[in-house]
Amino acid sequence: MSDATVPAMFGPKSAARWVGAVSGAVLPVMAVVAAIVAIWYGGSVMMNRAWTLDQIERRGLEMTAMEIVADAMNQERPVLPTPHQVFAELWDTTVVEPVMRERRGTLQGNPRNLLFHAYHTLWPTILGFGVGTFLGILLAVGIVHSRAMDMSVMPWAIASQTIPILAIAPIIVVVVSNLPALNNAVDQGWISEDTKLLVPKALISSYLSFFPVVVGMVAGLRSPQVSDLDLMRTYSASRGQTFWKLRLPASVPFLFTSLKVSIAAALVGTIVAELPTGARFGLGARLLTGSYYGQTIQIWSALFMAAICAAALVILLGALEKIVLKRMGVRP
Amino acid sequence: MSALVQKAGLPGWALPALGAALIALAAVSDTRLAMILAVWFGAWALNAGLANRASGAGARLAVPVIFGVTLLVLWELAVQLYDISFVILPAPSAIWARMISETATLWADFQQTILKGALAGYVIGCGAAFLAALAVDRSGFLQRGLLPVGNFIAALPIVGTAPIFVMWFGFGWQSKAAVVVAMVFFPMLVNCVQGMKASDAMQRDLMRTYAASYGQTLLKLRLPTALPFVFNGLKICTTLALIGAIVAEFFGSPTVGMGFRIKIEMGRLAMDMVWAEIAVAALAGSLFYGLVALIESRLTFWHPSQRRGR
Repeated sequence: MSDATVPAMFGPKSAARWVGAVSGAVLPVMAVVAAIVAIWYGGSVMMNRAWTLDQIERRGLEMTAMEIVADAMNQERPVLPTPHQVFAELWDTTVVEPVMRERRGTLQGNPRNLLFHAYHTLWPTILGFGVGTFLGILLAVGIVHSRAMDMSVMPWAIASQTIPILAIAPIIVVVVSNLPALNNAVDQGWISEDTKLLVPKALISSYLSFFPVVVGMVAGLRSPQVSDLDLMRTYSASRGQTFWKLRLPASVPFLFTSLKVSIAAALVGTIVAELPTGARFGLGARLLTGSYYGQTIQIWSALFMAAICAAALVILLGALEKIVLKRMGVRP
Repeated sequence: MSALVQKAGLPGWALPALGAALIALAAVSDTRLAMILAVWFGAWALNAGLANRASGAGARLAVPVIFGVTLLVLWELAVQLYDISFVILPAPSAIWARMISETATLWADFQQTILKGALAGYVIGCGAAFLAALAVDRSGFLQRGLLPVGNFIAALPIVGTAPIFVMWFGFGWQSKAAVVVAMVFFPMLVNCVQGMKASDAMQRDLMRTYAASYGQTLLKLRLPTALPFVFNGLKICTTLALIGAIVAEFFGSPTVGMGFRIKIEMGRLAMDMVWAEIAVAALAGSLFYGLVALIESRLTFWHPSQRRGR
């Protein structure tokens, strides 16, 4: 996990360090995770027991306590599915179920596969995240270089962090799907119906990733100290040179911190965008159908898929951060 | 922009001239566009002048307000002049009219979603997280385990648990409060645990030389030093609480509530009502945040981040 574990396996000294890392960082985390799983199992037995007891009474069965516990852990529509049920469902809907299937003569994505839904959520998330980040950096550069822009826009950018902007997601979905230009493009065959469904989701995720990047980047571009800026001035560096050689490199750590916040926000935005309009594909759609039909295991597996996606994105950004900072010569 | 002008060696009137030329060019082809551009450049020139000359609290308040009002005016102008469809973008005046005529409905929704769902969940979730942090604080092992796990969970889309909680706790505000508890717990816990570690070893040693008990150290040293972190968590959680309470209503609610209203009015394409709800949500969000920030500045006046002037 940490740097120390990578060159660890060689030599007695590093072996000791490895043991130290395990007992210092890995073991406590494992213990906490184990505790969560145990509480989860206990909770699902407690919550599902009622249904089992009810069945016993109705059918006049005799069951031992162990059998009741076993039954509570393996119901078809439990109140709270157990971890092994959720993971079995995850396995079935990602590995067992084929990713593509034949339909109307062509090979299409299989809506029974969870990866298909994850793709329909992840793609607009990443697209919107890219656009939002780019625009956010542009605005931050403008704010740092123009006093008027700083005083006009910055208070609103900060205030936007305190309001639930996510509530605007449904509006964007309706507005975009009613845009005449977009409908024209679909009619003309320039873009497919599937691409049209992507647009509002990507817009929302770009909107949500925009503001954290602006705020973080402004802080980052302003992070060089006065003495550093003075040094640039003694070199008679132009504003552009100061920007490229001092401000921009100094802002990179700030950028990555806000990128991690904003990609999580972007993913939530995409999922929420799928909720109020009854989208057919995507993890949010999966949550919604699961809640309509009482398929609790499906809800939990979609939830875990969303968690896995979020974790993967954040870890990916963390790895990228490490590589970039290392190339830039930052010592940990 | 101004850097560009200086670099190119242009005189100071170059930018206004450029704006005027743009407006004139637009006036030839489309007068409506010219009007919008004129308003934009006029307001921008005013703001630029204010920002570059005046300083002090007055300008710091006036400039963003002028900017916001300009955006509203441009929005209204664009909708009126270009006859933008009501479904795509209602004018601010239409939204305002709706807010006036539907105040009773908006107030009922506000009570249901914010006062019952969000606030109850916020108090329970943040309170539980604070107590959990106090408990965890006594064990270094638990701290090292909980911090990474808590940080990880705080990045997950917890809002997705909404359908589950609606199934468990019914359509009432209780299920919304439960979603809010789940959303705010871990961000708050992580901040509190970090805050509890904020006091210096030197300060703790001093407490030990006074033979202070655990409770005395906690009350007189560690809780006060933890306050900035605690308030940071509380501030992050205000927004999360509102989002949780509103989004959870998309999965089922009684026939009142902001999320419910947004969903229903959207189905009827009454977009002015939807925007009115958003405006209320934004207002409630800033007020909630402002209240917490106000309490923070009263309680942590000693912290460097709160010092003003100098």
